[in-house]
Amino acid sequence: MSEQLIIAGKPYHSRLLVGTGKYKDFTETRAAIDASGAQIVTVAIRRTNIGQTAGEPSLLEYLPPEKFTYLPNTAGCYSADDAVRTLRLARELLDGHNLVKLEVLGDPKTLYPNVIETIAAAKTLVKDGFDVMVYTSDDPIIAKQLEEIGCCAVMPLASLIGSGMGILNPWNLQIIIENAKIPVLVDAGVGCAGDAAIAMELGCDGVLMNTAIAAARDPIMMASAMKKAIEAGRESFLAGRMPKKLYSASPSSPTAGLITTA
Amino acid sequence: MLVFRCDQELMKISINGEVKQFDSRNMTISALVVTLNLTGKRLAIEKNGEIVPRSQFSEEKLQDGDKLEIVGAVGGG
Repeated sequence: MSEQLIIAGKPYHSRLLVGTGKYKDFTETRAAIDASGAQIVTVAIRRTNIGQTAGEPSLLEYLPPEKFTYLPNTAGCYSADDAVRTLRLARELLDGHNLVKLEVLGDPKTLYPNVIETIAAAKTLVKDGFDVMVYTSDDPIIAKQLEEIGCCAVMPLASLIGSGMGILNPWNLQIIIENAKIPVLVDAGVGCAGDAAIAMELGCDGVLMNTAIAAARDPIMMASAMKKAIEAGRESFLAGRMPKKLYSASPSSPTAGLITTA
Repeated sequence: MLVFRCDQELMKISINGEVKQFDSRNMTISALVVTLNLTGKRLAIEKNGEIVPRSQFSEEKLQDGDKLEIVGAVGGG
């Protein structure tokens, strides 16, 4: 496909963004990401193990930052302050890299986003020069507000993080997509390739996923399936589906010339 | 003559929430990174809530009671 996904002014040919968590080891992480064709990969920022890590392999060796665009996240942050602090450290860690994924959670059981803290953090980060891709609920009003604050992409959930429940409210996603002038990516909740294709057919600009690939029985094959689903869904969206005709069939074969015709 | 060698030559520094003792005063962040076997690792350091740019590691001195956060990138979604 020649048409590209533009995020914060930079073009990407892949519309699939993937996480790097929950894999068996770094070799599997890299193989799955290669199979997915993803160019943007999310990473978490965590305390370094002190004292017992000499010679331990690091994610960065398997996913060289020169080859992939890192998207540091704020997973596990429950306040705007923690999220901002985490991303400032991430920027220092990645040599001034500004593209980040903001997520501020509201509840450890559902990992549902706290949109009030998310908005507060987004304001600070945008002012501070970050390009903010923001995880949020599927509330169209909040999505619009995050766009107005200056986020570079809005990423509503399909369903809860890691749940694999698929797209629970396509109607809300469609309202968000119709209202948005920035890329809309579904982030969280995709369970299988069909879900990813549906997200793209709704008109999403991309999909971000982690568990759907990492927790598949064969993560590498699932990564490949996701790549195809994203491409198929995008083409299906661009091609424009036929109108639905409720309770009214229309044969594909000619009605004239049937041998039983009198 | 009795010499009191008490805690004055030891400094306590909290690193990632764990208090550790170090012998020398006037230790820099660079020296600490070596001591902790973290040489060559890509990391970011916050001292008492403020980020210390990597370019300042060799000048930034540590003092008794400093609180450090040392972070890196790990797998995540």
